[in-house]
Amino acid sequence: MRIVQQLIVAGVVILATASTLLAADRLKLSSTTSTDNTGLLAYLLPEFEARTGLQVDVIAVGTGKALKLAENGDVDVTLVHAPSSEKKFMDAGFGVNHHTIMANYFVIVGPEKDPAGVEAADSAEAAFRKIAERGSPFVSRGDNSGTHIKEQAIWKAVLGDLPSGKTWYLESGKGMGETLTIADEKMGYTLSDSGTFLKYSDNVDLKMLFVRPSDLLYNPYGIMAVNPEKQPHVNYEGAMKLIDFMTSGQGQKLIGAFADKLGNRLFTPLAGEQ
Amino acid sequence: MEYLLEAISQSLTLIVSLDPEIVTITLLSLRVAVSATLIAAILGVPIAYLVATREFMGKGALLTLFNTLMALPTVVVGLFCYSFLSRKGPLGFLDLLFTPSGIILGDVILAFPLIVGLTIAAVNAVDPRARTTAVSLGASPRQASVTILAEARFGLMAALFNGFGRVVAEVGSAMMLGGNIRGYTRTITTAIALETSKGEFAFGMALGIILLAVALSVNLTFRRFQARMN
Repeated sequence: MRIVQQLIVAGVVILATASTLLAADRLKLSSTTSTDNTGLLAYLLPEFEARTGLQVDVIAVGTGKALKLAENGDVDVTLVHAPSSEKKFMDAGFGVNHHTIMANYFVIVGPEKDPAGVEAADSAEAAFRKIAERGSPFVSRGDNSGTHIKEQAIWKAVLGDLPSGKTWYLESGKGMGETLTIADEKMGYTLSDSGTFLKYSDNVDLKMLFVRPSDLLYNPYGIMAVNPEKQPHVNYEGAMKLIDFMTSGQGQKLIGAFADKLGNRLFTPLAGEQ
Repeated sequence: MEYLLEAISQSLTLIVSLDPEIVTITLLSLRVAVSATLIAAILGVPIAYLVATREFMGKGALLTLFNTLMALPTVVVGLFCYSFLSRKGPLGFLDLLFTPSGIILGDVILAFPLIVGLTIAAVNAVDPRARTTAVSLGASPRQASVTILAEARFGLMAALFNGFGRVVAEVGSAMMLGGNIRGYTRTITTAIALETSKGEFAFGMALGIILLAVALSVNLTFRRFQARMN
């Protein structure tokens, strides 16, 4: 009985610690759930892993959390799409070597019937105004993500303030996929990045109603290495290898080739224009 | 409704085909839950025995505390551990965040009050004459404790199963401390959360069915082991 006890304890301790020993050459990347859900990382990273022998751990959470993890040094590199938050991050010295690697556009999606007449609107602001005037359900991310910040900027431009508290304005506090599901259920509108929507279009009855590239709806993705001066333990070398890969000709080509079932490109590679 | 039927058929397909990703996450869930339950039991059963069989000041308060901690929300445990395990926290140098060991740590904290509380109840339910009989037959304190725990074995088994059930089914702490990293810290429950957030309800449900199948297998294995011990 004693021996059994001791074996169990030993076995358990071994099991519990074995995995930490294997954490040797890993690179931790925090990104957003919408980026991860498009499948881009699952498509792009194996190529990088094969070349460098690094194992990339992707932690996909909300934008705010992704940046917080990077700030705390819990990851080595971060990829988000929130330019104003990225700028704050870089200005505070939490990140180094910022590169805008790709972009897509925000689109307004909604029910096929389009009761608010968004499709006919001649600008994103006009579309939002029509939704507000009609009081059609609009689902907001409500989570300080890049998409949420962008959506709030448009509301402020149109209404002078956020429509918080209005019965038609629903703040989900969730990721893009879930927000799309809610909008689908409520037969309402929402702002989405084109990449995520194209990925989810099979699961929802929503349609892209306002699809017009413009400065306002531009959605660039930035990658940043965690500042090794502030967080000396991070895998800075690995982070730079990833950034180099993402900005290289090969990496950019792969990003540009990533498409949905219908052949629609989800991201436009940009690093070549730096 | 159709997704429930789709879920059942999908779960059968996944189990039969032994889809490698499903196998990986199932084995991880099992490994993490069993490890955490065992560690919590090794720490908790002796403590529970001592609390149950001794009288001391504050015993009532301690019992109340254990019972209250059984209601700890899993995400709160995750947050609590994160504050310690993060690089910003005191235990950051251990590099436990976003590893299976980190998940195990959180799960031990979740299982511990449950196992202790239920073991105390199991020991208290043992006929007090068992102890006096053992002592009068010449048992040392350690031998007496083993006798009592053997008498309480059904309650003990229930305590362990409850602990196991709690941790194998939780998602809040595993998500926070593991990070749901594909192929590394993705458990059945964090995978269900992910698939559901992607709108893949049938797949999420199928994973849930697999989780129940795993719990059932563990249960049956243990019952066999228990029967053999008798």
